[in-house]
Amino acid sequence: MSQSFRLAEGGRIDRSRTLAFRFDGRAYAGHPGDTLASALLANGVHLVGRSFKYHRPRGILTAGAEEPNALVGVGRDEGHYTPNLRATQVVLHDGLVAESQNRFPSLERDVGGLTDLFWKFIPAGFYYKTFMWPKTAWTRVFEPRIRAMAGLGRAPEIADAACYAQRYAHCDVLVVGAGPAGIEAALAAASSGARVILCDEQAEPGGALLAETDATLDGADVASFLATRLSWLQAAGQVTILPRTIAFGYFPHNMIGLAQDLTDHLGEPDDTQPRGRLWQVRAREVVIATGAIERPLAFPDNDRPGIMLADAARTYVTRYGVLPGRNAVVFTAHDSAYAAALALHRAGARIAAIADLRPDPSGELVEAARAAGLPIRPGCTLTGTEGRLRVTAATIARRDGGAGERLSCDLVLMSGGFTPSVHLFSQSRGKLRFDPALDAFIPGEPAEACRAAGAAAGTTSLADALASGRAAGEAAATAAGFTAPPAMAIAVANAPAATGGFLGATPHGRNSGAVRAFIDFQNDVTAKDISLALREGFRSVEHVKRYTTNGMATDQGKLSNMNALGIMSAELGRPIPEIGTTTFRMPYTPVPFGYFAGYARGALFEPERHTPIHDWAEEQGAMFEDVGTWKRARYFPREGETMHRAVARECRAVRASVGIFDASTLGKIEIVGPDAAEFLNRMYVNAWTKLKPGRLRYGVLLREDGFVIDDGVIGRLSDTRFHVTTTTGGAPRVLAMMEDYLQTEFPELDVWLTSTTEQYAVIAVQGPRARDVIAPLVEGADISGAAMPHMSMVECRVAGIPARLFRVSFTGELGFEINVPADYGRAVWEAVFDAGRRHDVTAYGTETMHVLRAEKGYIIVGQETDGTATPDDVGLAWAIGKAKPDFVGKRALDRAAFAGQTGRKQLVGLFTEPGDVVLEEGAHLVTDPDRPPPAEILGHVTSAYWSETLGRSIALALVRGGRDRIGETFHVKLSDRAIPVRLTDPVFYDREGARLDG
Amino acid sequence: MQRFSALALIRRALDGQAGWQAQWRDAAPKPAYDAVIIGGGGHGLGTAYYLARKHGMRNIAVLEKGWIGGGNTGRNTTIIRSNYLFDESAALYDHALKLWEGLSAELNYNVMFSQRGVLMLAHNVHDEQVFRRHVHANRLNGVDNEWLTPEQAKAFCPPLNIAPGMRHAVTGGALQRRGGTARHDAVAWGYARAASAIGVDIIQNCEVTGIDRDAAGRVSGVQTTRGAIATRRIGVVAAGNTSVVMAMAGLRMPLESFPLQALVSEPVKPCFPCVVMSNTIHAYISQSDKGELVIGAGTDAYISYSQRGALHISMHTLEAICELFPMFRRMRMLRNWGGIVDVTPDRSPIIAKTPIPGLYVNCGWGTGGFKATPGSADLFAHTIARDEPHPINAPFSLERFAEGRLIDEAAAAAVAH
Amino acid sequence: MLLIPCPHCGERPEIEFAYGGEAHRVRAADPRAVDDASWTDYLYIRRNARGEFEERWRHAHGCGRFFNLRRNTYTDMIDRGAAR
Repeated sequence: MSQSFRLAEGGRIDRSRTLAFRFDGRAYAGHPGDTLASALLANGVHLVGRSFKYHRPRGILTAGAEEPNALVGVGRDEGHYTPNLRATQVVLHDGLVAESQNRFPSLERDVGGLTDLFWKFIPAGFYYKTFMWPKTAWTRVFEPRIRAMAGLGRAPEIADAACYAQRYAHCDVLVVGAGPAGIEAALAAASSGARVILCDEQAEPGGALLAETDATLDGADVASFLATRLSWLQAAGQVTILPRTIAFGYFPHNMIGLAQDLTDHLGEPDDTQPRGRLWQVRAREVVIATGAIERPLAFPDNDRPGIMLADAARTYVTRYGVLPGRNAVVFTAHDSAYAAALALHRAGARIAAIADLRPDPSGELVEAARAAGLPIRPGCTLTGTEGRLRVTAATIARRDGGAGERLSCDLVLMSGGFTPSVHLFSQSRGKLRFDPALDAFIPGEPAEACRAAGAAAGTTSLADALASGRAAGEAAATAAGFTAPPAMAIAVANAPAATGGFLGATPHGRNSGAVRAFIDFQNDVTAKDISLALREGFRSVEHVKRYTTNGMATDQGKLSNMNALGIMSAELGRPIPEIGTTTFRMPYTPVPFGYFAGYARGALFEPERHTPIHDWAEEQGAMFEDVGTWKRARYFPREGETMHRAVARECRAVRASVGIFDASTLGKIEIVGPDAAEFLNRMYVNAWTKLKPGRLRYGVLLREDGFVIDDGVIGRLSDTRFHVTTTTGGAPRVLAMMEDYLQTEFPELDVWLTSTTEQYAVIAVQGPRARDVIAPLVEGADISGAAMPHMSMVECRVAGIPARLFRVSFTGELGFEINVPADYGRAVWEAVFDAGRRHDVTAYGTETMHVLRAEKGYIIVGQETDGTATPDDVGLAWAIGKAKPDFVGKRALDRAAFAGQTGRKQLVGLFTEPGDVVLEEGAHLVTDPDRPPPAEILGHVTSAYWSETLGRSIALALVRGGRDRIGETFHVKLSDRAIPVRLTDPVFYDREGARLDG
Repeated sequence: MQRFSALALIRRALDGQAGWQAQWRDAAPKPAYDAVIIGGGGHGLGTAYYLARKHGMRNIAVLEKGWIGGGNTGRNTTIIRSNYLFDESAALYDHALKLWEGLSAELNYNVMFSQRGVLMLAHNVHDEQVFRRHVHANRLNGVDNEWLTPEQAKAFCPPLNIAPGMRHAVTGGALQRRGGTARHDAVAWGYARAASAIGVDIIQNCEVTGIDRDAAGRVSGVQTTRGAIATRRIGVVAAGNTSVVMAMAGLRMPLESFPLQALVSEPVKPCFPCVVMSNTIHAYISQSDKGELVIGAGTDAYISYSQRGALHISMHTLEAICELFPMFRRMRMLRNWGGIVDVTPDRSPIIAKTPIPGLYVNCGWGTGGFKATPGSADLFAHTIARDEPHPINAPFSLERFAEGRLIDEAAAAAVAH
Repeated sequence: MLLIPCPHCGERPEIEFAYGGEAHRVRAADPRAVDDASWTDYLYIRRNARGEFEERWRHAHGCGRFFNLRRNTYTDMIDRGAAR
């Protein structure tokens, strides 16, 4: 189709190039500089969507971010498909593919449109009043139907092909909005030497100036004035101008979120380049110059395609060179519509009438329209429109009654005045103030270091906007510690102030039960719905919003809020400031999830932590598991081995000869200072004073309320130095807890804490031949059983590398843990492994480690404990230093209520009958497996394994009063059966500990 | 009470909707009530309803400082489930779930309870241990909960990414089929309407400024911005503001109030059939009847009553959502908001008598209060009417902290409620 | 994201810090001398003030130090003169 509504000249589009695009499968053409909306209008297309509830045909209503109707799905393929984009914001590019939404089978013939016939039966909130019976009908029938009718576009079905970027920025002054006020504010601030960021949602800066063709500024036309100002800004050096960038959120302490579109406007971008960038800007001062949004008038059938906001129509003519219609009826309460009527008139459209609600409109714009011979009808209202897929006629009448006059038309323009865009200011928690002259909320007392300027602050003329921007820029610079040099005021001509406005439903003299005047176009909320909500007792502005869904559509009330307030005010007989307004929340306009997710995807979603031995394990074909953020080798399968078989083999090797295990993920904290032992005395349940240098002790750490939070082996290197190990997941938590006590409760202690987790690789060598394996590699230490007993340590060299060698065992076998600097971890590991070959050394993973320790009844904090276990519950009462006056958690354990408790869950072992059944971890013990629910639960299985050593299954469990029930038989309920289990001591293997010595 | 039905909608269509009455009386405070409920959210309105309906108390007022349902009732992500680990919790939440199943009919108000199933994802061995413990415990308690393999989870929720190469691959999930969502506002309004119809006064814009006690120490009334009200029983159900209200009676609470954010996407056609939660990577998601994806995660780090949170929290939430559901990366955030959640040391609620005669408290629901609404209200009404807890809420006492009988679901399972 | 004044490092974004909860809670020098009820209070009871509130933060990803801050929990505004 040719661009039959494209004007021959004018506008900021490039007629020398033609862009081809498709909408609902049909081919169209437009030009660079167009939006999808302007290009569609140039082709005579108004019908672009269907409304949410009644599926009413809808056309392009606005020219900006506030568009409620023209929501389209855009994307060249599924990986680039985005639903619900406003056609008024989609920058046209060659090859653009767009489709309408919420219709079946086609936009012109939508089955859902049948709903509109039943509108009287489905007023606001109807769904709360029906579909309750029968109960299953709601889930099976009604809810799926409602869901299918609702929604707008469709979600993309495959993964997004794009990537996203993020950055932080700091500036002295952030100016939001590059319209006349914003540009002046940025210039003023920049001239003071302040670092300035100026952002604007549109592709080019200028805001309202981009559609202004009448005014002259300092004697120049608007376009050249704008070009000069922007060149000054660019020359100012410390100014960052961000087009296509929406300031979507205002966060505490002057942090503003910006969403910058980088590639959506470029046809077929390279997916390796970011599609958009999220900015987190910390600004000393903020200038909010976000403009104002024109309001619709709420008259009967005000929603037909071809009905448009007056200023939007003017923008299509002057900025895009498009005539939105040839025969227009204008309905207004504001001067702005006269400027629009004049622009259309000059572009060749017929103005059938200008119906003005005001009895006596006056002012420069009105006079200009009068002088141009436009038919002005003061004191008139619009009582209805006709036309299904496009408006064909409108009826106007005196607002005080009388017969209506039906005027044929293909376009209806409306203006109810302007609503300042106070969203960001309100998000910042600044107080809004109602200005009765403007009939609008404007920024009042700020809560953050910010100020509003221009139309957002309520100015009504270009001259005032420029001056207010200048003043705001200067004030912001001053507040940020700069001084802006004085500047000359700009001489503005031919840009008269535009005033007026109307809130609420316009008079129409018809049976109000039979007509619908839409307030929220997208959600199909009518004036009548607002009245109904009030009648049903929903008096709070938030209740009205939630009951009617007014303002909850994707435009978030940008067009609807004030008219709803107008109706509420009239019906409740209360002034608007008493009613208040709904809360403004981020984002100002919708922002893709991808912007927020940014780089955090795939491997970067959360960095993986690898030990120095990770690559070796990978080369050996290890299977890994996630433990916190670490990747740990779980087992080392040989060709064709299952996990079960590999673990059995690894277990046999450790018990029979020797195994090697990467324990590098253990948390490590170096505790140093004259009071190090005293500090440990106060933190851990154990006594530390008498621990000799060169010895190790198993420590248990409690929370202050007495429950086990961590454990680990602690070595004393000297009187003043301890090497503490923690659980893998607990390291940061333990260090933070220690710092808390050291800094805030025990500041008198002379102690330093250093995290050394990543400084050491830890190589565990376990098994009867462990000493044989490492002995040839150790220099500078006697590691014989006599010189280095179990639970001792020595500083020496292993394979030539300085090491802290621990004689320690988490398997029950003779064992060593070699701590070497992380960079040498792999080299030492390989040296030990090589040395071990003649002893048949076997690498084992966490699963084998779990089995071996379970055979010995060693607990794992977080598996045998769950935040509600005391040391005694898990059999660790022996560790408590009884003579100590105090340690973290002691006072809580000593509470009388605690001491008197019976039936606490205690750690026991379980033998299944028969012995080849491995229980499920997390399964529960019951007294009577045949009792119907609720069962009497005695406890649960915390660990369950096949014990290769014992040739049968073993399990650990927490069982109520378990220690007194050892020998008794209960049942563990699995999903399909109950397994008899006998309670045993939790140490299954080598109770005497003889094997620790090899 | 004007009965709601399809027939009523037809009748009112004929009179141009003129015949609808106010859903609840917008009452002015009377000088005295038999009981006063402080807090007009779902729990408070429900408490008043059950006091009137089941315990025969009719002279009751609900005092709301703003508009009813405007606190956490109207700010949550509406997830309902009862697959809790400990017997005490499972009993409490399943009592609520059973009431949810009949609530629309009971109130003659469609609260749109949708049993879409709640799927909790496991991502590692530890998660599996924890969730299997849940599944086993729930079954023994007669609460439905089943273990799904990754493939079964994907079949139940087709958008789910179960690629094994993911940073935190899905290793399975626990599914409660009876779980789901409901329309949060309707819960407040439905209870308000039903309570008002049997005599309860619902008093909005009435902030409590003081709690009066008589010489014996028993409560004797409240001071409000709309005057003094005498009463011998006060039930405090003030969620995030509980500490502030209880301080008026001189009681300090084991509570901290944190911001909790949630967000919705723009509405789209049905694309997400259930509720999915992942505690390991911190996010949960469902799709509302309107078509919005409703998304939430954990709290902000610090105490705040500001009803807003930090950007990096919502960023982290959406990182997780985009990993689990990469096709939603182009979906757009429509609205983000914050509530104030009151958290106890063991993250389980308190529904209890207090040391002050006549003063009762229902608080500490943390991030999981909505799902409990009918059960909490019913049990709290019982506690107030009988001056003793129901067996189900007896463990949820204030004294459990002194006695060391914590009900610590979160510590036990690393599960945010 | 709050902008938090670390007394040692200056203003830094919230993500560098760990929250430490209510300030001025003091662990008794000799917990044995404290009765059960008071110890339970110490463990569990919190001021949880709406409005002016003194709280602890730790510059976990900075100097590592704990410090006190006065913040209004209703507005989230920090009293930048009164930190320490």
